Amino acid sequence: MPILSLNQRALLLSVVILVVGLLIWEAAIPAQQAVGELTEYERLTGGGAAKAGVPPPSQVFVKAWEELSNPFYDAGPNDKGIGIQIGYSIYRVLTGYAMAALIAIPLGFLIGMSPVAYKALNPFIQVLRPISPLAWMPLALFIIQDSEASAIFVIFICSIWPMLINTAFGVAGVRQDWVNVARTHELGHFKTAFTVILPAAAPTIVTGMRISIGIAWLVIVAAEMLVGGTGIGYYVWNEWNNLDLTSVIFSILMIGIVGMMLDAAFASLQRAVAYVE
Amino acid sequence: MSKPFLSIENLTQQYPDGQGGMMTVFENATFGVEKGEFVCILGHSGCGKSTIMNILAGLAEPTSGVVTMDGREVSGPSLDRGVVFQNYSLLPWLSTLKNVSFGVVARHPDWSKAKVLDHSRQYLAMVGLEGDVIHRKPSQLSGGMRQRVSIARAFANHPKLLLLDEPFGALDALTRGTIQDKLLKIWGDSGQTVFMITHDIDEAILLADRILLMTNGPFARVAESVDITIPRPRNRTAIVEHPNYYAIRNHLVQFLGKRSKDLAGQASDGAAQRPETVRIDLTGTAEDPTPEPRLRAVNT
Repeated sequence: MPILSLNQRALLLSVVILVVGLLIWEAAIPAQQAVGELTEYERLTGGGAAKAGVPPPSQVFVKAWEELSNPFYDAGPNDKGIGIQIGYSIYRVLTGYAMAALIAIPLGFLIGMSPVAYKALNPFIQVLRPISPLAWMPLALFIIQDSEASAIFVIFICSIWPMLINTAFGVAGVRQDWVNVARTHELGHFKTAFTVILPAAAPTIVTGMRISIGIAWLVIVAAEMLVGGTGIGYYVWNEWNNLDLTSVIFSILMIGIVGMMLDAAFASLQRAVAYVE
Repeated sequence: MSKPFLSIENLTQQYPDGQGGMMTVFENATFGVEKGEFVCILGHSGCGKSTIMNILAGLAEPTSGVVTMDGREVSGPSLDRGVVFQNYSLLPWLSTLKNVSFGVVARHPDWSKAKVLDHSRQYLAMVGLEGDVIHRKPSQLSGGMRQRVSIARAFANHPKLLLLDEPFGALDALTRGTIQDKLLKIWGDSGQTVFMITHDIDEAILLADRILLMTNGPFARVAESVDITIPRPRNRTAIVEHPNYYAIRNHLVQFLGKRSKDLAGQASDGAAQRPETVRIDLTGTAEDPTPEPRLRAVNT
């Protein structure tokens, strides 16, 4: 028998865990009681109807197949395809995230370069950073008066901090030797910032961006449950109200998969800017 | 009297000593370096060699004193003064070639890309780096190769003055030897003015026209300027046979081992501290094994 490589063995183990997990789940769901002879009283009290319960994985697969084979249908406000719902969520996350990056990275650069700016802004950052992004929601709704924009604002406010702090930290930590190389080559401030400090700090900055996108994706689900209308968070809550647990489980899986893909995109960006000293 | 090409006048460096007073590293140091000269500076750790180097590079400001080069005062870093740092200071995210062309672009912003790369390749070839190696990142190179890249980067810019801060300190003896030979060859071809810090007496004798000796700090000073009276081209195996070699070497060892301590800690009373020129030449008087070094005042 050929010896399997590390990756092959890991893959094999993953498949085994998946299959065993699904089998346990499937087996743990009590079978619906067969509807036998019912008294008239039982029929009147709904004894013949199926009991609501956690659906088995087989049902979730069927649901997933159904939804994914037609992800972009739109049959009114309460019945949109999973692709449309996820699209709305990604749009909100990326909009809020991009605005946060546009502010956090230049500001982080400034804080990292200037000890005065660092000391002056640090107390504000330390107070604002631990606030749960959803706590901003009432204020955002009142000031912005638009639920869609408020959701984007919540994403903005939650993803700004890791990027800001990591950028400042990365820029402040650039080795003096490299800055001296720039100085002895008479590079101007902008040239130094772009050709020496930015590449030197890039791994730290991208790590902050990766943390931020993870947090943004966590927060969007909760934010959309509050603001409603569209999005994957709204979809989960709506299906809960419909007591459609199959759809709830399916959408939970989709949230995980999209989150994984966002993280993978930033992981590859991280590899692209990494360097070995 | 005309000033030397590089003139250091009354250079003083003080730091707060942490108890409200000032600690004087060196005071009123005054010396010169002529165009095309290769000067090494020798001294114990803490005597302020690196501080002098940083001031010459424009990376640090002296407490007082003036440095002029080519008739102009040195203030701030400049492309006219190339620096080879002890820890190479290559940018780790750029390839070897890009590390050199980085400097060439800074020097010649008007050059075409092809010309810049061509020029960079040429200087890398001079230090013996050719082929695939030049596309590798610094982390994939050995310490000796990295230092050669750093030297190529400095020479490719044709600075008026090249500052070498213990460039071979982190290398093993064999690698150091080959790079010293490369450095001598490039220096011979380019006629550049070089100012170099080193801890290695043999290295200094092999490379330098003149060796400046520093006493220990605080109140360190450049006490002597020793002419290396061994003709060029020099070769590490041949120079040890030269009659002057051991006389000079003994003088340097004596200074670093004993006199650098004896002469330490003297405040200057405000007078410029010029090094005494020491010239040891036994050619013709080789039968006298221990001559008194002939001392004479420096002529600046």
